Amino acid sequence: MEIDDPRPVPEPAQLQVPPPETGLRPTSFVTPGLPLTDPAVLTSPTMLQVERLNLYYGSKQALFDVDLKVARNSVMSFIGPSGCGKSTLLRCLNRMNDLIDDVRIEGRVLLGDTDLYAPGTDVIALRKRAGMVFQKSNPFPKSIFENVAYGLRIQGESDFKVLEEAVERSLKGAGLWDEVKDRLKDSAQGLSGGQQQRLCIARALAVRPEVILMDEPCSALDPIATARVEELILELKREFTIVIVTHNMQQAARVSDHTAFFWMGKLIETGLTEKMFTNPGHRMTEDYITGRFG
Amino acid sequence: MSRLAERFRHGGIFVWFSGALLAFCLAMILSLVGFIVAKGMGYFWPRSLVQVQTQEGLVLGEITGHEPAHGEETEKVQFRTANRDIYGQDFRWIPGAGMGTPDYPKDALLIERLEYGPFIGRIASLSHEGQQVASGAPALAEALKRLPEANRIRHQIQSIEKGQVGDLNRRIEKVRTNRRRLEAKGNEAALKALDAEAAGLQVAYDQLQASLEKIRAEAKAWSLNLETVDGKQKELPLGSVVRVVQANAMGTLDKLGVYLSRLWEFMADDPRESNTEGGIFPAIFGTVMMVLVMSVLVVPLGVITALYLREYAKQGWLVRAVRVAVNNLAGVPSIVFGVFGLGFFVYGLGGSIDKLFFADSLPTPTYGTGGILWASLTLALLTVPVVVVATEEALGAVPRSQREASLAMGATKWQTLWNVVIPSATPGILTGLILAIARGAGEVAPLMLTGVVKLAPAMPLDGTFPFLHLDRKFMHLGFHIYDVGFQSPNSEAAKPMVFMTAFLLLVVVVILNLFALNLRRKLRERLGGSTF
Repeated sequence: MEIDDPRPVPEPAQLQVPPPETGLRPTSFVTPGLPLTDPAVLTSPTMLQVERLNLYYGSKQALFDVDLKVARNSVMSFIGPSGCGKSTLLRCLNRMNDLIDDVRIEGRVLLGDTDLYAPGTDVIALRKRAGMVFQKSNPFPKSIFENVAYGLRIQGESDFKVLEEAVERSLKGAGLWDEVKDRLKDSAQGLSGGQQQRLCIARALAVRPEVILMDEPCSALDPIATARVEELILELKREFTIVIVTHNMQQAARVSDHTAFFWMGKLIETGLTEKMFTNPGHRMTEDYITGRFG
Repeated sequence: MSRLAERFRHGGIFVWFSGALLAFCLAMILSLVGFIVAKGMGYFWPRSLVQVQTQEGLVLGEITGHEPAHGEETEKVQFRTANRDIYGQDFRWIPGAGMGTPDYPKDALLIERLEYGPFIGRIASLSHEGQQVASGAPALAEALKRLPEANRIRHQIQSIEKGQVGDLNRRIEKVRTNRRRLEAKGNEAALKALDAEAAGLQVAYDQLQASLEKIRAEAKAWSLNLETVDGKQKELPLGSVVRVVQANAMGTLDKLGVYLSRLWEFMADDPRESNTEGGIFPAIFGTVMMVLVMSVLVVPLGVITALYLREYAKQGWLVRAVRVAVNNLAGVPSIVFGVFGLGFFVYGLGGSIDKLFFADSLPTPTYGTGGILWASLTLALLTVPVVVVATEEALGAVPRSQREASLAMGATKWQTLWNVVIPSATPGILTGLILAIARGAGEVAPLMLTGVVKLAPAMPLDGTFPFLHLDRKFMHLGFHIYDVGFQSPNSEAAKPMVFMTAFLLLVVVVILNLFALNLRRKLRERLGGSTF
């Protein structure tokens, strides 16, 4: 199978352009109503650990010595300008980059105690532990029920009762159950964009992963659908560990406990979201967050 | 000048030009179909019987052609006088000059019969076991009354011959081959049991023959004494009469009845008279069956090939070369495929199968001779490039996001292909199948080498175990057209039949395509939104 090369091309010239969020002051992110750091995440153990990760597309290096930790039951958001490597890093976390020809990866990624890139790692089993939600909702051309049941079916589950239960649990978990419970047999492609994205989340939930990786899940949604997905992320945090790539500063501030800022394939700064948005440790971070980039 | 340039710039001229070309193509297709329909559909309409006085005597028949005076040649009229057994020919050209006024006698008849084509003339009398029962008009009325019964008896004889007798023959043949095998082993007890069985079958066979003889005698009891317009006599058993048409005495409604009954006979009955008369049902059936078997074979072949080429093979010069080769396969003349099918499938594969599994009945070949399986396989090879290309396109059109979604769920590549990619690509695969059917159904040349015959004794699908007989030879509409039109001793009389058969072939292809199109539409609806 050939997959188009999604390698990010950092264009320094492009970075001069300020990101779309303008006129924002750091203080606006911690105005009352925004969640403050959840004290639980400060003490929770590490779920995902990235150690000195270098990634090359052919001879071109896309990630440089990235070190990162994600706490269990927390939300980590990756921010940074287009082409900074945040999506690439996200795809390293469940080895989706394997699908691209001539990718070379150095370093370690630990999911729990498993080293993802150790020789002999079962990629299939690993991907079951790290579910993924994509930028554009991509339900299969099947019924709503079959979309959610897909993960279990490919694992060999054929007991209809088990499937039914899992579908209901997952759809409830994704906050979609009440909207679709009467039309589970209908095609998933008849749902609205926001519903489709929540269906994709439900589909990822059905196999009970440990980590959910979200690649700009709201970039194609309207504000109301976005708000629903954000609420959902805060709900899901109780059970899962979530990593989300976003271009939307407010979204990062609203949903995440930790934020990591990337630039040109390097991790510039990472820390508690509250701190990153009020008192960033790096000049570049502040400039990017406030829209004064460059 | 500038206005012309302006028009060129806006492309209006090209729109008109392409529209005109489209209209031209449509007109050609429509006139093709229209021509075939017009030539063929009129064939079954009863024509008037014309009686004229000529220098050579009275002539009675249908007027089928007319040639105006041309230089030295005088005007001529073609009559279909029929009565091939008496005149030795069906048609006669009569000079128009010495012709008297045409007359349309009400009592003139066209009698369709089992042998020698139709008879045109009058009924003199009707006899029962040699005794004259009626003559003149009452004879005609009585004959018409007894005709349905005579036809029923004829059909009964045919069905016994085809069904029970054929069945018994096959069983006797089976016992014989079993016996030959056991003889080699020398198993006395089993041989005795077989002999007993053979004797029992022989008794049943004799009984059946006896009862058949009785029915045949019954069918011959009534006979017609016919008289041609120039006074020649002919005796015809009522059982050999298919239809009596009082062409000049009928109203339009009666003619329509005859028309429909002839049309039905054409589509539902077996052929007669070396295919120039009767129906073509076995050919329709053989064509449809061959296309279905071909579809069953070509889809897996093409889809699996495309799947490997597109999804698994490492894309490089070798794959590109294979792809070019597959595409070129579509351009190989079909007769070449026929030769390959004959050499490889029939003689090679079929011969080996015979040696391995049907050695008892050798030297009579079972699979080592043309058959519907080999013909379908040959056509599957012929049409596989179309399916491969269409499938590759369809696989490429499945969005990457869906593959990634499946893989990210922990599906293997194969699971992703099977559960997500192939279902999405199915409408595209069906497009390939539709093209393959369109190509395969009209192909004749390779079939002539691999299994089509002029007259197949039995259908490839029937009521005798194992019901589907892929080793049997079959009839095909395309070959039928060629055979009737060019290989028949009486091709002049069979000309309308050629057009009618061609029309039916078109109809069969259209129906098969509609079936596949409908399947594709339903799948698309189920997949929703998919654009392929």
